[in-house]
Amino acid sequence: MRKIKEFIIEKLILLSGLASVLFVVLIFLFLLKEGLAVFKSVAPLKFLLGQSWYPISEPPQLGIMPLILGSLLVTLGAAIISIPIGVACAVYIAEVAPPKTKEILKAGVELLAAIPSVVLGFIGMITLVPWVKNTFHLPTGLTALSGSIILAFMAMPTIVSIAEDALYAVPKSYKEGAFALGATHWQTIYRIMLPAASSGILAAVMLGIGRVIGETMAVMMITGNAAVMPQSFLAPIRTLTATIAAEMGEAVVGSEHYFALFAVGIVLFIISFAVNVTADLFLHKRQ
Amino acid sequence: MLKRWLFIWMVFVFTTSVFAAPGKNSIQIKGSDTMVNLAQAWAEKYMESNPSELVAVTGGGSGTGLSSLISASCDIAMSSRNIKNKEIALAKQKGINPYEIKVALDGLAVVVNPKNPVAKLTVDQLAQIFSGKITNWEEVGGENGRIVILSREVNSGTHVYFKEHVLRKGDPNSKEEFAAGALLLSSSQAIADEVAGNSSAIGYYGMGYISAKQKAIAVAKDEKSEYVAPTIENVLNGKYPISRPLFLYTNGSPDNLVKRFIDYALSAQGQDIVLKTDFVPVKK
Repeated sequence: MRKIKEFIIEKLILLSGLASVLFVVLIFLFLLKEGLAVFKSVAPLKFLLGQSWYPISEPPQLGIMPLILGSLLVTLGAAIISIPIGVACAVYIAEVAPPKTKEILKAGVELLAAIPSVVLGFIGMITLVPWVKNTFHLPTGLTALSGSIILAFMAMPTIVSIAEDALYAVPKSYKEGAFALGATHWQTIYRIMLPAASSGILAAVMLGIGRVIGETMAVMMITGNAAVMPQSFLAPIRTLTATIAAEMGEAVVGSEHYFALFAVGIVLFIISFAVNVTADLFLHKRQ
Repeated sequence: MLKRWLFIWMVFVFTTSVFAAPGKNSIQIKGSDTMVNLAQAWAEKYMESNPSELVAVTGGGSGTGLSSLISASCDIAMSSRNIKNKEIALAKQKGINPYEIKVALDGLAVVVNPKNPVAKLTVDQLAQIFSGKITNWEEVGGENGRIVILSREVNSGTHVYFKEHVLRKGDPNSKEEFAAGALLLSSSQAIADEVAGNSSAIGYYGMGYISAKQKAIAVAKDEKSEYVAPTIENVLNGKYPISRPLFLYTNGSPDNLVKRFIDYALSAQGQDIVLKTDFVPVKK
């Protein structure tokens, strides 16, 4: 009896363990099945490198280059803003802050992670967008820069908490050794702690970027959604995610537009998969 | 023992009647954002006089409404454009027969910020602005400054109508498109807000959304014609060049509650509500 119970529980746990892998595979297969159909009417290269996205015209023009570049540009902007601040914040929390400040900061970072993206988007629309418009004297504040700033807020919690863990994981003897040799606190952080935790910090950065690339609601609200080849941070752009979200409701099931949106999903999946695998490689390097 | 069975039986009857109720006494209306306020107003008045019946209204865009009708997840679809042949074919495949009822007219207003000195444009100028051929306000009599084009997303019937009747001037062979740099916003309200705060923006939406924070442009068919403001009167007498019909679509010709609701919408009282929500009645 006991053996049977043991057996059943073991298998149940095994199934739960396999479930997530199974779901990923099923989702990917579904994406492929629906998305690859678009290549019957558009050549893959033309789809990826085409510069106009007019999905509901007759015949539709399905070129997603502006969308890919739009996504990459906002992500790059968010990375430029969030990485220095995030890593510096993690260093402060892990190495410098007194225990009380540390607690308050950690709670703050967690709270930042808990803000729903639509709320951040909404706040961005009301406060950030007019600010960007007035500061840079632009015709409109709905730009890639506004998107990058809001996305930086979303990437920060991920970067801070994982980078902080990486810093904690550095053996104490390293630090003690540095101090014993007469290094100052900053020298220890800069020369010993950061290099020792570098793979973990890189993983933190990649995971933060992974979150940013998949973000939809906030970017849809504040980047203007104009499908142009991006020229600068101060112009509107349209991202892959916003395109899917904005157009899926309308796309006639089974139409080219519908398949094209799934293909956009595949591209997005591949990008974020690549980012996550990179993060994983860095994490394993550490161990 | 008997009492207990009776109790279970009663619970059963009660719950099934609760769950069964939506099928008989409620209808779902979905679709055009332009028409949401109108349908909501109809629904409220209708339910006031028929308290046992429930009419639920949600937006999402004409395309969303029609695809819900096709997938049988709503009873009435609101649409600010005609149903496309592709959609009809798809509906037939799924055993749905879209039935069209014209319930109101809508004037599409082109709006700018009140600070913008431009007050009138021809349809041709509008087409050139929205397709990106005119990019500076100076070219149409305004101050020097880049024109920021605001449009609805592609799931919007308003987007499609504007493209077909202003950019392409009703010519089915025309290949005109919105400028790639046009900002696509997800609702009419978002356009209204952006125009209110941005003196170089130009946008379009149903007349109902005009407020004191935006200035509606007077539009002329061509240079020789008279410039006409988007008012109910001008849409009714056909002078305003950018107006369109609003439709409700049902599966087959309407019956039961769906029919009663549509009859109400077309009644004198219903058409009065059309007027109150800044649309133009189809029946005088």
